[in-house]
Amino acid sequence: MKDRYGLIFLVVLALTGIGAPLLNQAVPEGSALYLSPYAMTLIGKYMCYAMLALAVDLVWGFCGILSLGHAAFFALGGYAMGMYLMRQIGGRGVYGNALLPDFMVFLNWEQLPWFWYGFNRFWFAAAMVVVVPALLAAVFGWLAFRSRVTGVYLSIITQALSYALMLAFFRNDMGFGGNNGFTDFKDLLGFDLQATRTRAVLLALTALALALSYIACRALVASRAGRVVRAIRDGESRTRFLGYRVETYKLWLFIISSVIAGIAGSLYVPQVGIINPSEFAPINSIEVVIWVAVGGRGTLYGAAAGAILVNYAKTILTGALPEVWLYALGALFVLVTLFLPTGVIGLLPDRSEAS
Amino acid sequence: MSVAPDLTTGKVLYLEHITLSFDGFKALNDLTLYVDPGELRCIIGANGAGKTTMMDVITGKTRPDSGTAWFGRTINLLRLSEPEIAQAGIGRKFQKPTVFEQLTVVENLELSLGGKKTFWHSFMATLSVAERARIDEVLVITGLTTQRRLRAGGLSHGQKQWLEIGMLLMQNPKLLLVDEPVAGMTPQETERTAELLLSLAGEHSVVVVEHDMEFVRSIAKVVTVLHEGHVLAEGTMDQVQNDQRVKEVYLGAS
Repeated sequence: MKDRYGLIFLVVLALTGIGAPLLNQAVPEGSALYLSPYAMTLIGKYMCYAMLALAVDLVWGFCGILSLGHAAFFALGGYAMGMYLMRQIGGRGVYGNALLPDFMVFLNWEQLPWFWYGFNRFWFAAAMVVVVPALLAAVFGWLAFRSRVTGVYLSIITQALSYALMLAFFRNDMGFGGNNGFTDFKDLLGFDLQATRTRAVLLALTALALALSYIACRALVASRAGRVVRAIRDGESRTRFLGYRVETYKLWLFIISSVIAGIAGSLYVPQVGIINPSEFAPINSIEVVIWVAVGGRGTLYGAAAGAILVNYAKTILTGALPEVWLYALGALFVLVTLFLPTGVIGLLPDRSEAS
Repeated sequence: MSVAPDLTTGKVLYLEHITLSFDGFKALNDLTLYVDPGELRCIIGANGAGKTTMMDVITGKTRPDSGTAWFGRTINLLRLSEPEIAQAGIGRKFQKPTVFEQLTVVENLELSLGGKKTFWHSFMATLSVAERARIDEVLVITGLTTQRRLRAGGLSHGQKQWLEIGMLLMQNPKLLLVDEPVAGMTPQETERTAELLLSLAGEHSVVVVEHDMEFVRSIAKVVTVLHEGHVLAEGTMDQVQNDQRVKEVYLGAS
């Protein structure tokens, strides 16, 4: 299968991933071409969102699993990275405790909770970025898909899952910093997070991660497994009669999707410099679904483009008229559903190869 | 996993004393039915006679309250899940054509191939030469060669039905269950379907549930009449049409 627009997407991504850091590092400040650190952070953030949109499109666009809880996987990946960044602060915190993060000292905790062990090592945190979302997706998916929970019921329980996690992470005694979450990060693998050079590298890495996620998702949906997944979307029991174990297919797809979302979250946190329980909020997951719908579901590149477009609009609108944003978002969703069922991407010519 | 049914005892399907009730209503009542290898069997009966429920029991969708169902001598259907039964070699064509409309004709056939069907196996799978040949062969049998690259959603009603039969053939089933294949078809399509089913018998056992008496007459050697969940009569079309009980409960009405 040809993937012309996917190729264009990857080229644009490569240009951004190389170009944006260069415009920041190599161009002198004050030049018309100079890219501010603020703009760079925005681009990096958008690309993390685009990865999250890819993850949602993979399960929703191709398999019809409308997850309203994907922000939870994103946030868990973010928290895993945040725990590493917190422990990197070490003795430089306000209380100067080399072992305990500030919020634990503030709560008069004597020792590090067991689940914080290992997060002083980057490889361990990086592994957790993948393992924690995958485990949650595996347990949740195994229970839900095995019981053949589908459609709106599945959407509701994914939403409930995310909400429950939000409430849990808000609690101080959970050991994740309560409603303040984690912030005031200092460095990542020894590189200063305030330095624009570190930010430039992070942006390039995010572009790379987004490109690799796209290629992986694309390889998956273009394989026979991808065709089985689309078959499940169009006729679940029919697929079962062909001898495919529908539950396992959905489960693997859900796990892969959750891992992409987790990695996106882990790249998001060092760039925006904060993670707190509001990342689990139901509205976040719903927004992702809107990005995908606006961009065009079942295309991957459409989902990524939708995430970037809607978030760019959000940045501009919340700057100009903050109280209007949620109405605009709702209206956008209704209008796209009514008039552009294939999303903005559907306006492009010659997309016959996509489905 | 694909264990071939053991046909040494002479039949491909043994349903014995199957009873199944839904809320007190006996959908199947002491149903006993045998199917020979290579046979083309037609099942007729009024609405509610238990035809579809019988198919559900054979394919594992529904479990009976009592009775036994064996596929060949060794495969106990009541112990297998739906996918396991499909893999063991029983294919079912539903009443409504249920091809995957968003996939092309060839992709529909590809997904119906036998063999390992796990997620990671499918992810790595490519079509072998033999599999390509098999797909081409089934395209010829079903007359869909020129439509191979079309989305299945763009096929006519009759073509969808043939594609679905083609999908069953890809799995090389020993036993094919076909539910109302000619409902809604034009006379030409019906005729073509009759040819198709007749060409399949011999290599496969085919069980057809159908309301269209003309169609049944044109293909059937042996007809089984179901009534209130059990077998009322069995024989050639002429025999069952002249059977007094059949005339009373089924044909007499029309």
